[in-house]
Amino acid sequence: MTQDRIANFEKRRKELEKLSDAELKDRFWELCNQVVEPIVDLARTHTSPSIERSVLLRMGIDSITAHVVVDRVLEAGLLGKGAGQVVLEISKKKECDLQTAARTICDEKDILNGLFN
Amino acid sequence: MTTQNQLDPNKKLDIESILEGLENYHPRRKGWTWREVPENGINMGPFHYRNMSKPLEKSLGLPASKYFDHIDPQPECVVTTEIASGRFEDDIRRMRMAAWNGADHIMVIRTTGQSHIDGLLEGTPEGVGGVPITRKQIRASRKACDMIEDEVGRPINFHSYVSGVAGPEVAVLFSEEGINGAHQDPQYNVLYRNVNMYRSFVDAAEAKKVMSGAKIFQIDGAHNANATAKAGWLVMPELMVQHGINCAFSVAVGMDKDLIGLSTVPPNAPPAPKLWYDLPYAVALRDFFSEFKMRAQQNTRYIEADIEEAIRTHTIDTLISMLTSADIQSTITPDEGRNVPWHYNNIRGVQTVKQTWAALDGIKELLSINHQGPLGEMVRDLKIRAVAFLEEVIETGGYFAAVEKGFFVDSAKYPERSGDGIARDGKGGVGADSIVMRDSDYFAPVCDHFGENHLPSNTKHACDLIDGCTLCKPEKIVYIDELDPEDSCNKRLEATFQYRKGGKVKPEAEWSGDGTILTQFFVPLTEEFAAAYGIEMAKKLGLEDPQVVNIEVMQPAEGCFVEVKGKIPFDVDIKSLKVPEKEVILPEEELREAVKKIGLKVVAATVGEDEHSVGLREILDIKHGGIEKYGVKYYYLGTSVPVSKLIDAAIETGAHAILISTIISHNDTHRLQMKKLADLCIERGVRDQLILIAGGTQVNREMAKETGLDATFGRGTKGIHVVNAMVKTLTARGKLK
Repeated sequence: MTQDRIANFEKRRKELEKLSDAELKDRFWELCNQVVEPIVDLARTHTSPSIERSVLLRMGIDSITAHVVVDRVLEAGLLGKGAGQVVLEISKKKECDLQTAARTICDEKDILNGLFN
Repeated sequence: MTTQNQLDPNKKLDIESILEGLENYHPRRKGWTWREVPENGINMGPFHYRNMSKPLEKSLGLPASKYFDHIDPQPECVVTTEIASGRFEDDIRRMRMAAWNGADHIMVIRTTGQSHIDGLLEGTPEGVGGVPITRKQIRASRKACDMIEDEVGRPINFHSYVSGVAGPEVAVLFSEEGINGAHQDPQYNVLYRNVNMYRSFVDAAEAKKVMSGAKIFQIDGAHNANATAKAGWLVMPELMVQHGINCAFSVAVGMDKDLIGLSTVPPNAPPAPKLWYDLPYAVALRDFFSEFKMRAQQNTRYIEADIEEAIRTHTIDTLISMLTSADIQSTITPDEGRNVPWHYNNIRGVQTVKQTWAALDGIKELLSINHQGPLGEMVRDLKIRAVAFLEEVIETGGYFAAVEKGFFVDSAKYPERSGDGIARDGKGGVGADSIVMRDSDYFAPVCDHFGENHLPSNTKHACDLIDGCTLCKPEKIVYIDELDPEDSCNKRLEATFQYRKGGKVKPEAEWSGDGTILTQFFVPLTEEFAAAYGIEMAKKLGLEDPQVVNIEVMQPAEGCFVEVKGKIPFDVDIKSLKVPEKEVILPEEELREAVKKIGLKVVAATVGEDEHSVGLREILDIKHGGIEKYGVKYYYLGTSVPVSKLIDAAIETGAHAILISTIISHNDTHRLQMKKLADLCIERGVRDQLILIAGGTQVNREMAKETGLDATFGRGTKGIHVVNAMVKTLTARGKLK
């Protein structure tokens, strides 16, 4: 395996030697972009508890409440909607501000059931 | 800024007042600031500089600056210092000291383990090896930096870390609170913090988006491979790949290239032939990454306990920056190999850069790198290996597959493998299985959010739905003061009050009142015994918790240089300290008048077997501002002059005074010469008609009394001080009125 890799490298090196400095640099960046492309797609289409907590922070919800809210949203299987959307929905439903909505999610266990049905 | 926030250079930072009103504090600017560099260079004192930035309004120059009109040239690059005391209330005092010595990028290291904390910390708990990064800690520090930058006259970039499993939240916190620079590199989390790889990259995209919104300068984490791999100088092709991945990923999620910095370290250190490794690497990197910024770090991999060795290596690191380029020159405290950095070692690190940069100013106009021959070949070889590495990553199935197979931080030179690379399982690590696919109706009603965001179609601005997010309306930020009053800065400040404001003194290395001191000595023992002796000696001196921090064998049998640290168990009351009264210097005109009136004449020489002449000439000659400038006539008899000869000369010329210089202090020679002068004058009955003055590097003002002279002077003495002493003595003797 290791011998194969070294042999492969020597083959690659031969090809790369043919490139000018500028072409070698272009090749480097082309490959870097190729490596990160699927990762950027993954990031574009996924979220995480930390991302959602960061959204809530930006909505003016304190860090401690944001943590509990995201846990509740995750447990309710609603993280894919976005915790921000969930809090906004509750605030509309309860006709209250975002902070109160967030606290309600912490305090009332079943409030998220069937929210988007 | 209001005037109450203006610092008085002669007063300490008032920590308590900085903590007041934090709930309403908001940063006055966001984003990174570069230094102002005049295009045509800069004139300072007698010199013209080519690579220097606008000088500070208030600063402390290098020790030798006193010979050069106290100039303090500031490098064109931003200069970083890293602070990690674990208590932010002590960090901010160190920030001020660092800023006065030329740092304008202040990096605060996080407490151990913060990268695994799933969420934000609040309050001001004490940290280990760094501070817990919290809103309150950042606000207080940023507020202090505002005051310090006003004081020194240059913006300070405040910096910390957006890594770990709470990256996006930390990024939002940093954006809200005006942090100017941050480390962000998902690879760092994966390789060194074992954060799940998918989570790390998904989080990183959001964090980077938030950072770019606030124009926070980003530094990557690739340099950790130097510090981790067994042979740091072999991992260079991989380092280029790590830099490339973070740069490409950052650009893809929307960061400006101007705000992306490579954290790069010259990977080798003497006794290795450093230049043959570090220079090709530096050149290759700057070729491939020409559109990005270079944050040149100093080597930590090979730092041992010897401070001077570290400083020498760091000087050469800085030389490499100057031969190539550096937008930011980071400094490593030279004591990092023995303990967490101490206050004054931050300053030493900054001084290393300042001194090297001044010495080598304009080096590229005088010397150029020879790209032909071995350098060109080595550069090309590194680039080819880096590209081949990337080709293999893609062939293996991409980045995540490559990490699983241990491609990274292997200590062999690619394509060789030592098999010691850090392999991570995609299903494992902290935060494994925690990313969630966004639904087709996913949305987040806030600014600087990355990725799919299906806001209602009529939404103009992302945060319209909530009438503005905290990034647009800072007044919406929720400030939490403390969660645990027992583990807070208030408790710690109470404990250190007596050392800050209560008139008690203890030396300190990291924290107010820590009492830590360092002793250095040579002991004629073998290494094993030297260490044991160090501890025993320190105990007898009364030091608590003594530890040997450095031993260097000078010769296996003859002995060792030893450094022992320990804590002083006692306080000293400031009121008990006796400071000699400051000598009041008469106005220049008055001195000239007196000199003229009496026709003041002196004889002067360096006495004993002593050939030093520079110090005395400076006291005498008009061009150095010596006594001649004030009209004093002098007879200079030279060096190694016997004291008796001077007395003869004084009598012969009718001089009013004898000035002797005595530099050699071996076996107390200087004291003996001074006493001899007084004794001989008494013996010959001329003591009352002559003014006797001595000076030298080991002489001080207090020695006059014990040696029987009229005045004695040490380092830093000018001609005016000597004239002043003579005029005062003459007045006291009634010869002048």
